[in-house]
Amino acid sequence: MIEIKQNEYKQILKHCVDGLPNEACGLLAGTINGEDKTVLKVYGLTNPDASREHFSMDPKEQLLAFKDARAHGLVILGNFHSHPESPSRPSEEDKRLAYDSSMEYLILSLKNREHPVLRAFEIAADKTVTASPIVLKLRTDALIIGGGTAGCYAALTLSRYSGLSVLVAEKANIKRSGCLAAGVNAVNAYITKGRTPRDYADYAMKDGAGIAREDLLLSAAGLFNEVTSDMEKLGLVILKDANGDYVTRGDRNIKINGENFKPLLAEAVRKASGVTVRDHLNITDLLTRDGKVLGAVGFSVTDETRYVISAKTVLVATGGAAGLYRPNNPGFSRHKMWYPPFNTGAGYAMGLRSGAEMTTFESRFIALRCKDIIAPTGTIAQGVRAKQVNAKGEVYETRYERTTSGRVYGTVRENQLGNGPCYLKTTGIGEEKAGELLKAYLNMAPGQTLKWVESGEGPNERDVEIEGTEPYIVGGHTASGYWVGVNRETTVTGLYAAGDVAGGCPQKYVTGALAEGKLAALDMIRRIQSAPEENDSDPETLARPILDEYSGFLTRKRTLYSIEELEEAMQKIMDEYAGGISRDYQYNGRQLDIAREKISELTELEEGIYAADNRQLLSAYELKERLLVCQAVIAHLRGRKETRWRSFNENQDFPDRNPAYDNKFLNSRLKNGEIRVFWREKEPGNEYSD
Amino acid sequence: MSIRINKESCVGCGKCADICPGTLIAVRNHKAEMDYPRDCWGCVSCVKECPADAIDFFLGADIGGDGSVMNVTAKGDISRWKVTRRDGSVVTIDVDRRNANQY
Repeated sequence: MIEIKQNEYKQILKHCVDGLPNEACGLLAGTINGEDKTVLKVYGLTNPDASREHFSMDPKEQLLAFKDARAHGLVILGNFHSHPESPSRPSEEDKRLAYDSSMEYLILSLKNREHPVLRAFEIAADKTVTASPIVLKLRTDALIIGGGTAGCYAALTLSRYSGLSVLVAEKANIKRSGCLAAGVNAVNAYITKGRTPRDYADYAMKDGAGIAREDLLLSAAGLFNEVTSDMEKLGLVILKDANGDYVTRGDRNIKINGENFKPLLAEAVRKASGVTVRDHLNITDLLTRDGKVLGAVGFSVTDETRYVISAKTVLVATGGAAGLYRPNNPGFSRHKMWYPPFNTGAGYAMGLRSGAEMTTFESRFIALRCKDIIAPTGTIAQGVRAKQVNAKGEVYETRYERTTSGRVYGTVRENQLGNGPCYLKTTGIGEEKAGELLKAYLNMAPGQTLKWVESGEGPNERDVEIEGTEPYIVGGHTASGYWVGVNRETTVTGLYAAGDVAGGCPQKYVTGALAEGKLAALDMIRRIQSAPEENDSDPETLARPILDEYSGFLTRKRTLYSIEELEEAMQKIMDEYAGGISRDYQYNGRQLDIAREKISELTELEEGIYAADNRQLLSAYELKERLLVCQAVIAHLRGRKETRWRSFNENQDFPDRNPAYDNKFLNSRLKNGEIRVFWREKEPGNEYSD
Repeated sequence: MSIRINKESCVGCGKCADICPGTLIAVRNHKAEMDYPRDCWGCVSCVKECPADAIDFFLGADIGGDGSVMNVTAKGDISRWKVTRRDGSVVTIDVDRRNANQY
């Protein structure tokens, strides 16, 4: 492994960018300790070839660099050069000119200026090339893990309200990562004319059967309209009436063209001063000491770089967890689900491992969606006011509780009673409305439009069949996630959570993610400015076991089971023993005990799994994260000895609501490898305690 | 739902690989390859990024796919979505990005 600190990395980058459009080059000096090499000095040298495709190093400058390194007691570790227009891979010429197999040959590709790629290679005498992992050590004031809606808006807020350095670590690309990749059709949490944040909080509280935090709901709802107007300034198109007022849909929604919601937000983040975005960087673990966060560790999904990041504050904004349960379409289209399959519960898992307190994982979110494509139904149900009907044509929603979970339960129940399938009654809406629906879905879930066109029958000609999804853990819809304070700080000092990963604030949706990103960012600024302190000198010792774990996955022998096979096994267990689709979302204590045992067996198998490359390493960690979240979900389902919400937690041992649990939260922590659950009660002073 | 990359039109720019939220696409020998077709979410971000009109998306047969493919090209504010059915017939839908959803 080659360790490079931020300063040295910046010198390499600057020398190469300054050398454009030609190739730039230089030497690297440092120390060697066994397998580990540390770069301590960078010598940028002149490329006398002054060419875009070749380099040589000025001999006089080389000599000076060698002398200087020796004078400082350092050895030459290798050289670096840039590839202005091509990927970071040794060319035939690079290989030919590599005379010393003990040297590291670093190549910085500037092909994509937004994403410079630095890789290191060892080139043997027979010219075989081996990539060596680089450990890049970065420092920042604020680290944001996950560049989705909440993470991006937090970055923007930090930039607008402070001069702090901000690093956004995103495992894909912030332009289309997170829930809004394909777009979104409405802002579902907005305070419409004549309504107040209090009305919003009351609604969310009622829908969640009292399991929601008033303080969190009110603080988010207080910002819904402000963040919406800010998005409009960034270019978001919002439907307005003749007076220039937003057109509302129901009590809390406004209609937008949100196809480019995420690109607009991402573009603003890329332009924001003080913000560095690192796409394709997957964070796996937080670094903490004595209950305080010091930074995080991760790896690049697209090359061999590992990252050790030291930060004064950290925001987790990794979203919720999909893929825990066997999905609606378990075959070829297994990822055609409603929630992003790439939201794997990473933030929950890293929080649990760092001792953070979590809440309400037993309130699983099950969405009622268009069958097969699993596209949202709100545009149809609220937009064209289509009713839920069963196969006999009866409107059944009025027979069940009029809540989010009640509507899912009603559909399950109608099927159990032999009245399925169930539909949204769209026939008869007319061609014009049907045409508008086709367009609306293109801006949000284009697969649904393709299905309508492909089948030759639009929504006006055939009712839209609906079904419940597999359960997800999503803090944007139910109260599950990190236990946070009103400023969105978690129980780990300096660690914040916003968006779907943060708990206690259900029904917050997209504007809630923006609002929480802002609330967290403002408090991160306050924290850093009120107690200016240096970054922890070196979280390297804490990071070492995690870096070794990465190497372990990549270097061990191929195992009997693949990552994919273990994932399917996990989803089958959760489906059959923890209330998945095939069990109509119901479970009992004996089943949960079996689930717990089997998931723990799988967790042991997973620890020895093999990953062939960096992309598979991502899959290995996603599975690891999901397995831990599964354990937490099982422990929470076991802990709530009542049925608070139909379908979401339908405990067959305790089929009714127990008033003793009103206004209490079921929370958890990971302790000595086990999830421990406990109740938190509201005290008269509005504080919650064990 | 997944995508199909037309190797002949692919220019190997790597924009699809860079944008995919699942990191499912890789570029090898100047051509993009869909490495994990079963892991596609169907967000069509790659289709929107592709400058060579080389990517189509389709519904898997398990969710009612009948052999049609769809892609989208943008000109100014207008996005033109094109469905090509199995029999070769084409349906296009134009969406103006300046217009909000009516429902």
